[in-house]
Amino acid sequence: MITVIEGKVAPLPIENIDTDQIIPAQFLKITKREGLGKYLFYRWRYDEQGSPKDGFILDDPKYSGASILVTGRNFGIGSSREHAVWALIDYGIKAIIAPSFGDIFYENAARNGLVCVKVREEIAKEIIEEALKREVYARIDLENKTLSYLGKNIGFEIEESVRKRLMLGLDDVGLTLELYEGAIKRYEEKMKSYIKIRKGIFTPL
Amino acid sequence: MGLTIYEKIWDMHKIASDNDRDLLYIDRHYIHEVTSPVAFERLRIYGRRVRRPDLTIAIMDHNVPTGDRTAPITDPLSLEQMETLRKNAHQYGIMLLDYYSPYQGIVHVVGPELGLTLPGMTIACGDSHTMTHGALGALAFGIGTSEVEHVLATQTLWIKKPMAMEVRLMGRPGKGVMSKDVALALIGAIGSGGAIGHVVEFRGDYVESINVEERMTLTNMATEAGARSAIISPDEKTIEYIRGRPFAPASEEFDELAKFWRSLATDPGAYFHKKFEMDVSKIEPQVTWGTTPAMVASVNDIVPDPSSYEDRVMRVSVERALRYMGLKPGMKITEIKIDRVFIGSCTNARLYDLIQAARVIKGKKVKSGVRAMVVPGSQLVKRQAERLGLHRIFIEAGFEWRNSGCSLCIGMNEDRLSPGERCASTSNRNFENRQGPGGRTHLVSPLMAAAAAIEGKFVDVREFEILPLEEIVDLDLLEKLGYGWMLR
Repeated sequence: MITVIEGKVAPLPIENIDTDQIIPAQFLKITKREGLGKYLFYRWRYDEQGSPKDGFILDDPKYSGASILVTGRNFGIGSSREHAVWALIDYGIKAIIAPSFGDIFYENAARNGLVCVKVREEIAKEIIEEALKREVYARIDLENKTLSYLGKNIGFEIEESVRKRLMLGLDDVGLTLELYEGAIKRYEEKMKSYIKIRKGIFTPL
Repeated sequence: MGLTIYEKIWDMHKIASDNDRDLLYIDRHYIHEVTSPVAFERLRIYGRRVRRPDLTIAIMDHNVPTGDRTAPITDPLSLEQMETLRKNAHQYGIMLLDYYSPYQGIVHVVGPELGLTLPGMTIACGDSHTMTHGALGALAFGIGTSEVEHVLATQTLWIKKPMAMEVRLMGRPGKGVMSKDVALALIGAIGSGGAIGHVVEFRGDYVESINVEERMTLTNMATEAGARSAIISPDEKTIEYIRGRPFAPASEEFDELAKFWRSLATDPGAYFHKKFEMDVSKIEPQVTWGTTPAMVASVNDIVPDPSSYEDRVMRVSVERALRYMGLKPGMKITEIKIDRVFIGSCTNARLYDLIQAARVIKGKKVKSGVRAMVVPGSQLVKRQAERLGLHRIFIEAGFEWRNSGCSLCIGMNEDRLSPGERCASTSNRNFENRQGPGGRTHLVSPLMAAAAAIEGKFVDVREFEILPLEEIVDLDLLEKLGYGWMLR
C-alpha cells in the first residue's frame, strides 16, 4: 500500500531502455521473484566475465540509496518479462519517472507496487539535467496525484485503476474470483460451442 | 458508425468494467516454460485451481536446445524450467507440446499452424510477441507473469481499452522486398514507441496482397513499435489458411464459422484514433544499424552521424548504439561484414520464409568464416521443409539445419553470439546483448539474411538471382502438403 514516495533521484539519460537491458534473459531461468536486484542492468554493470564495470550511473556513490529513476521515452519496452519489475523493486527502486512506458511493463509495475509516473518530455529532461549536476530529491503523492521536485509541484495523470491498486495493494486474482465468478460463468455458458478446443485431427506427416 | 474488428472482438468478450479497465474473457491461453513457473507457484500458495485447463496450451520453446533431441539436456536451469512446465501441465491437465513432441515449436508459429488460433478469439500469452496471432484476425495480448496467474485462475484479463491505430500500407513492393522490410521501415518511421497504447490494424491493398505467413511478420513486428496488439481483418486468404489444420473446425462446422469470421472485418467508416499511411513501393531492403529496431536504414544507405541529432537524449542513444555495434558514422551498410547468420524466430521461420531464403541460397555456398544456421519455427515446419527437400539446399550451402525453438533470437539456450560477433538475423530484436553478451545484431529479412550468408557482408539482395519457386520445390507436392495458398 503506497500513498507517498520520497527519495533521491538517479538519472538514466537514455530513451528506449528495453526490458532486456533491465534484466538479461539468462536470469529469467530463475523461478523466484525475490533476489533479482543484483542482476538489474547487469550488462551495464558487469563485463562478460562478471567483473564490475566502471561508470554505470547507479553505481556512482552520488546516487547511492536513490529510490526514484528518471529516464527517457519508452522505458520498459520490449519483452513481457515481469522479472524487470521484480529486479527494480528488489534493488530498491520505488518509482520511475518517464515521458512514456512500454504497455506490458506499465501493467506489470502496477501489479507489483512499482509506481510509474508519466510526465511531459520537458519535465523528464529537466529532472535528468538537474540530477546529472546535483543531488535531487522528489516526492510522489498518489493521493493528490502530484510530483514535487526542486521546489516545484506539478500534477500528473494516472489511470484510476492503477492508482487504486497501488494505494490499496489489491489482489486482482482474489477480487475477480470473488466479484465476477457469476459473470464469467454466464459468458462461458453462452459461448460454450465457440471457445472449446476441438478434437485434433492430424494427418500423417 | 462502423466498428473496427478490434472493437467487435472486444465487445464480444467484455464481461465487466471497473473504472478504466474492462474484464475480457480469454479464449486461448498459451503458456511456456519461462514466464509461467511463478504463476503456478502462486496458484499453489493461494490454493487456486486452473479454471480452464481445456483452453490452455503449454509449449516449450524459449530455452530448449535446438541440436540433437536424443542427446541429454546439459543446462540444468533450462531442464528445470522444462520439467516444471511438464509437471504443471500434468498436474492441472493442460495440453502440452513437449520438447519431444513432433508438433513442438515456437508458440506463435505453432498456434496458427495447428489451427488453435482462430479469427475472433481473444488470446493471451506471457510473451510480448503474442500479437503475431492477430494476423489471423484474433485479438492477442502479450502479458506479464502476474497476468498469466490471473488468466490461469479466472480465464479473464483486466485490461484498459487501447486506442485504435490504422496502418495503411499501399502499393506493390519491389523485387526482393519482404513484409519484414515493410515492418522495419514502418518502425523506423514511427519509432519504438510509435504505437504504444494502441491496437494496430494493418490495412490497405499491400496487406490484402500478401499471404497469411507474411502478414504474421507484420503483426509480430508491431511489438517493436510498442503496440499493445496488432490485427488484420480476416479475408478469403485467412479462411483458406485455416481450413484443414489439425484443430480447425471440421468441414460441416467450418463454413458456418467462416461466415462469422468474415463478418468481423472492420466496417467502412470505422473510427481510428491515429492513422499512418505508407507507400510500400518505395521501400528498399532494410538493415538495422543500431540497438533498437527503429534504428534502421535501407541497404544502400550509410550509418548515421550522432551529431546530426539535435535532441541530447537521441544523440546519446545513437552514440551509445554505434559504440556498442562497433560502427562508424558515414560507413556504408554494404561495408558491414558479418560472422553469423540466423534464419529463425517467431518473426521469420515459417515455411514461406525458408522457401524465400532458399531461392537465394540454392547452388551457392556460405562465405568461408561465416557460421549460418536455420532454426525452423516448428518441428512441423521442419518436417514439411524436409519433405520438400529444402534442408538439402541449406545443408549443401553450409548452413546448420537445426530443431525448433526461440534459439538465437533470445539466446537462452546454447545458441548465442560470442562477444563482438556480428549477426545478420531474421529475428525481431537487436537490443544490446540480446543474442548473447556483446553480440551485435542486424535485423533483416530472410532474403537479405541469405544474401549476407553468401557474401559475408550485407548486400542488396536485388542484385542477386532470386530463383523462381518451381526451381526450389515441387509445386504439386507443395499443394499436397497444404501450401497451395503460396501459389495463388
